[in-house]
Amino acid sequence: MFNSHYQLERYSIGLAVAIIVVASIGGLVEIGPLFTIQQTVEAAPGMRVYTPLELAGRNIYMREGCYACHSQMIRTLSDEVERYGPYSLAVESQYDHPMLWGSKRTGPDLARVGDKYSDQWQVAHLTDPRAVVPESIMPGYAFLERTSLRTDDLPSNLAALKALGVPYSDEMVHNATTDAYGQSAPDSTEAQGVKARYGDATAVRSFDGNAGVVTEMDALVAYLQVLGKLTDVAHAEPQLQGDAQ
Amino acid sequence: MGVIERDPHTGHGTTGHEWNGIKELNTRVPWPIWMFLTLAVAFALVWWVLMPAFPLGTTYTRGLLGADVKQDVANGLQLAADNRADWTRKIAGEDFATIQADPALMRDVRETGHALFGDNCAACHGVTATGGPGYPNLTDSRWLWGGSPDEVFETIRVGINSDHPDTHFSQMPAWGRDAMIDRDSIRAVATYVHDLSHPGTGATDLVATGRQVFADNCAACHGEDARGAPGTGAPDLTDAFWLYGGDEASIYTSIYNGRQGHMPTWEARLSATDRKILALYVLDLGRSGQ
Amino acid sequence: MVSTMTVGERQMALGLCVLVALCGLFMAVAGRNDLMGPQGVVVLLAGILGAIVVLRRLDAPEPGPERLASYYDEPIKFGIVAAMVWAIIGMLVGDWVAWLLAFPRLTFADVPWASFGRLRPIHTTGIIFGFGGNALIATSMHVMQRTSRARLPDQLSPWFVLAGYNLFCVLAVSGYLIGVTQSKEYAEPEWYADIWLVIVWVTYFILYLRTLARRREPHIYVANWYFLAFILVVAMLHIVNNLALPVSLSSAKSYSLFSGVQDAMVQWWYGHNAVAFFLTAGFLGMLYYYLPKRAGRPIYSYRMSIIGFWGITFFYVWVGSHHLHYTALPQWVQTLGMTFSVMLLVPSWIAAANALLTLNGAWHKVRDDATLRFMMVAAVFYGLSTFEGSFLAIQPVNALSHYTDWTIAHVHAGTLGWNAMIIFGAIYYLVPQLWKRPSMYSPRLVEVHFWFAIAGTVIYVFAMWNSGITQGLMWRTYNDSGTLAYSFVDSLLAMHPYYIARAFGGLLFLIGTAVGCYNIWMTTRTAPAARIAPAGQVPDMPSAPVVAGE
Ligand code: HEC
Ligand code: HEC
Ligand code: HEC
Ligand code: HEM
Ligand code: HEM
Ligand SMILES: [Ca+2]
Ligand SMILES: [Ca+2]
Ligand SMILES: [Cu+2]
Repeated sequence: MFNSHYQLERYSIGLAVAIIVVASIGGLVEIGPLFTIQQTVEAAPGMRVYTPLELAGRNIYMREGCYACHSQMIRTLSDEVERYGPYSLAVESQYDHPMLWGSKRTGPDLARVGDKYSDQWQVAHLTDPRAVVPESIMPGYAFLERTSLRTDDLPSNLAALKALGVPYSDEMVHNATTDAYGQSAPDSTEAQGVKARYGDATAVRSFDGNAGVVTEMDALVAYLQVLGKLTDVAHAEPQLQGDAQ
Repeated sequence: MGVIERDPHTGHGTTGHEWNGIKELNTRVPWPIWMFLTLAVAFALVWWVLMPAFPLGTTYTRGLLGADVKQDVANGLQLAADNRADWTRKIAGEDFATIQADPALMRDVRETGHALFGDNCAACHGVTATGGPGYPNLTDSRWLWGGSPDEVFETIRVGINSDHPDTHFSQMPAWGRDAMIDRDSIRAVATYVHDLSHPGTGATDLVATGRQVFADNCAACHGEDARGAPGTGAPDLTDAFWLYGGDEASIYTSIYNGRQGHMPTWEARLSATDRKILALYVLDLGRSGQ
Repeated sequence: MVSTMTVGERQMALGLCVLVALCGLFMAVAGRNDLMGPQGVVVLLAGILGAIVVLRRLDAPEPGPERLASYYDEPIKFGIVAAMVWAIIGMLVGDWVAWLLAFPRLTFADVPWASFGRLRPIHTTGIIFGFGGNALIATSMHVMQRTSRARLPDQLSPWFVLAGYNLFCVLAVSGYLIGVTQSKEYAEPEWYADIWLVIVWVTYFILYLRTLARRREPHIYVANWYFLAFILVVAMLHIVNNLALPVSLSSAKSYSLFSGVQDAMVQWWYGHNAVAFFLTAGFLGMLYYYLPKRAGRPIYSYRMSIIGFWGITFFYVWVGSHHLHYTALPQWVQTLGMTFSVMLLVPSWIAAANALLTLNGAWHKVRDDATLRFMMVAAVFYGLSTFEGSFLAIQPVNALSHYTDWTIAHVHAGTLGWNAMIIFGAIYYLVPQLWKRPSMYSPRLVEVHFWFAIAGTVIYVFAMWNSGITQGLMWRTYNDSGTLAYSFVDSLLAMHPYYIARAFGGLLFLIGTAVGCYNIWMTTRTAPAARIAPAGQVPDMPSAPVVAGE
């Protein structure tokens, strides 16, 4: 062994090729089969996609680095299920390019925070977390409410995701800009198509309490309110919900 | 090819190479390394045989133990539920009065309620349940939707202005924003309402006008005497408890913009036992706080 | 620095700068309604700055052929200075965000760029890529020349690598401030920056191979195996994990090719191996050169070098899934992640032990020489953090530690104790040599730096161990009634004192680094001494003539 190495270490290209080969095996074995083994991702027939407004909110979530403090992955451990709800399934993030599972819980897990609190609370909390939770160490994001949401690029955003395999219809792509407006302005004409395209369960409300303009706050709250609600297969899994909690 | 030397300090020979003054000893690999390597690999081998480990195209090896983390967590949850079953069964089965009279059960309620309330309710009602602007104090004696255990339990189940089909529904109209009454009337009625809990502070003519405005518009919900009306969610305006602030400016804002607090429904998120524990916990906080 | 290039090289450099500036201009114009615009301006300015630097010396005389008889060290000096600048930036931001976690109201303004979520990646990128990366590139260029007894093949590509690499870092960090990020940890820069890094990296690899091809030693030294693995595997990881579809060519936004569970696996295959091949393999290359050099001792065992190296290269790549224990990642992958992490401990400790055993016969030097002590402590922390890592990778342990500050403790035991210490050791060794000084300006200040660094590391790591384990336990503790004992906010309150302690430890470490910068600065300012090798140190001059460059 040492002797053959004694030969190998005289050839830089040989060494380089050996390194590539040896360092590729692990990745190939672990990543490749995730695409071929069926059980990896559960079936979720009725799963819906993010609306343009929610997608914009998700991008704000990434932009502001919320993932640095919040996980979106409830692990298969009883204390986590008792605290946060049913453990997360692979299918729940199958349209997430990229996933936002996170690696640190400076704040609580958000995988099932959708509908846990009211829109008003979310807005108040994002504006000044310590106004509602005095113990909080989360930064405030008051500027979100002042910043109107950029919607002109939403069709191309949806188109990119469609190209990557997210089942957006051409109609969804085409109407992305108006749908983003409509979802946050329930009484507008633009609101009508949203539920038709994305399902009756889609929340069409003025998330930031001001239906006149679509702000970044609208988008982020819309996203937070849909977390854990794209599909309910996780609730149907044979996992026993804790009795207390 | 360099010359093999012997290192005077360790006594080992070099490999005969030198790189800008650095040489290498050709020291044999110490036996503990082989031992630890063997142990580590043996451990891995055993683990691979016992646990799901290697992919096989469209499936994977299951391992001899048939282990499954999802099954483990289901078992873990079952075990945890069994551990507390002797008292949770009583909580689920007994009526509120019986539970409240049982100190042992109430101890369990307090212990459990702390984290349950902290993780679900404290965000709005505060860690001590004393509320904050827009979020009612749950430890006081004033209740919008009734303060009996059954009523509190029901409020937690359906929420207020939530998307539950049976939700408590309440709305304070936006009298000013929706131009239902003019600004002067609003100023007057605000003064009147403020005067109810701070008698003699408002100008008498304003209070008089306000009283009339109130009788015409507000009494339907808040009652003739402004003490609130059960079933409407309209609060008592004569006491010292305020959801949105009791100074004249806040009262004005409440009347001008209206209010519609939102309390989520917990029916889908928390089990009936958990909600029962919370109702008991909240009432207990109020009791011990007084 | 420009005048050490040939006239032809200068012209090519100018051409490259103009090309970069044009790309910047295109980005700035095409992306004017997008965050791409400001990023384009950064590129444009970088191109212009480069062009100015080159233009000012464009018609300096052609350097004489005698330069070819010695090593080409100018770019290395630049790399070291850049590393120290990034060290200050990265640690300053790190300590700032540490204070923010203790006292969130310090967020000084209601502006997006001041909040924790945007600053944190500046810390990680600034420190790992800015500080670590520059140090790696600089030392690798130094080591490969010395161990090959060959001068770098030309005078342009080393500059291209260093300047291009720093442009990547600046693009990344300025991007986070304005909200450009892919959100993939340690791979946050967006698609155009990622592509640029590929170009730079391929140049770097070719430069490395070309130097090795010209070497005068028949065998390739261990340090170079590690540097090669670092360059190659990081390229592979970077390319795969960053595969993404841009929304449009004028948009800074892209969507990762992978999603959900596959994306998680690719991300942590990358993330872990960024640790393995950036923060470990490259740094082992550094250790394997500077430690024996400074100690004046032969490497303890060539055979241990071999099994250490191949063990690390093979095992590491399997373990990324230990970042995903108990998640929606299939269990079989988690098993592989755990078992390979356990096996990985053996080669890791072989590498650490080989370094420490090399010190046999030189421990008196460790006692007297803070520079060597930096290296020794680095090897010890390397051993510690890999032990901790393998421990954390065991599923039941990870059940407790994951998501908590324990990970942060582990990270900083590795990065402060191992990466930063070995860099400081290498830099204190290099600076007097490169600037041709008899020694550092003040050996006393090296000693001061050492103690600040040690104290800072120990305080930081102990604080985070405490907070991490407390946090993990509070989250899972059940009370007598059999229900969860603490709410999340309870655990948050318990963290407060530890967050203060951590921020204080970080401050000490930062002060140490500032002392180091001052010392380096003063060393470069003092008059060059006659070229005499410091006593007790093997001279750096090649014993046989260097292979000339082009
Ligand atoms: C510095 C870390 C930090 C950052 C960054 C951060 N948070 Fe938080 N977050 C916290 C902490 C700590 C809590 C728990 C205390 C509280 O409720 O404020 C929290 C709580 C929350 C909650 C309530 C969760 C629950 O179940 O109670 C939501 C929702 C939330 N954050 C969303 C966000 C969003 C959206 C962002 C980014 C725009 C963000 N956070 C950024 C630390 C952070
Ligand atoms: C999103 C914020 C929010 C959360 C979380 C929340 N509440 Fe409430 N709750 C409210 C608001 C707002 C009201 C008052 C509604 C109104 O103004 O009419 C309220 C009212 C109540 C009432 C009725 C008080 C009365 O006077 O009749 C009870 C009881 C109550 N909450 C209990 C709880 C419990 C128990 C939990 C946790 C399981 C909880 N709340 C979680 C917002 C919240
Ligand atoms: C349709 C029923 C209704 C009518 C009519 C109505 N209110 Fe209300 N009012 C409510 C409800 C319900 C609330 C509680 C809202 C909440 O909790 O979010 C409320 C809250 C208030 C509050 C805030 C109390 C606090 O604790 O902060 C004030 C002040 C008030 N009303 C005054 C008035 C006045 C003055 C009028 C007449 C001009 C009026 N209300 C008419 C239903 C009504
Ligand atoms: C002045 C010294 C330093 C301080 C005060 C400091 C502080 C911090 C803080 C506060 C965090 C965020 C932790 C969290 O989110 O909970 C962090 C993360 C991190 N730091 Fe540092 N840091 C310092 C030095 C370094 C150095 C020298 C390196 C690398 C060489 C480094 C690498 C990292 C990494 C990789 C992370 C991310 C950890 C993770 O996501 O798990 N830090 N640091
Ligand atoms: C045998 C070697 C090592 C093993 C097996 C190992 C294992 C681990 C494990 C299990 C985690 C925690 C994952 C989680 O729970 O999220 C982790 C995190 C981390 N380790 Fe190590 N580690 C090793 C060595 C090192 C070294 C030497 C360094 C640094 C120089 C390092 C840097 C990191 C970083 C930066 C993270 C944080 C990743 C994140 O952002 O979540 N590790 N490591
Ligand atoms: Ca992390
Ligand atoms: Ca990237
Ligand atoms: Cu790892």
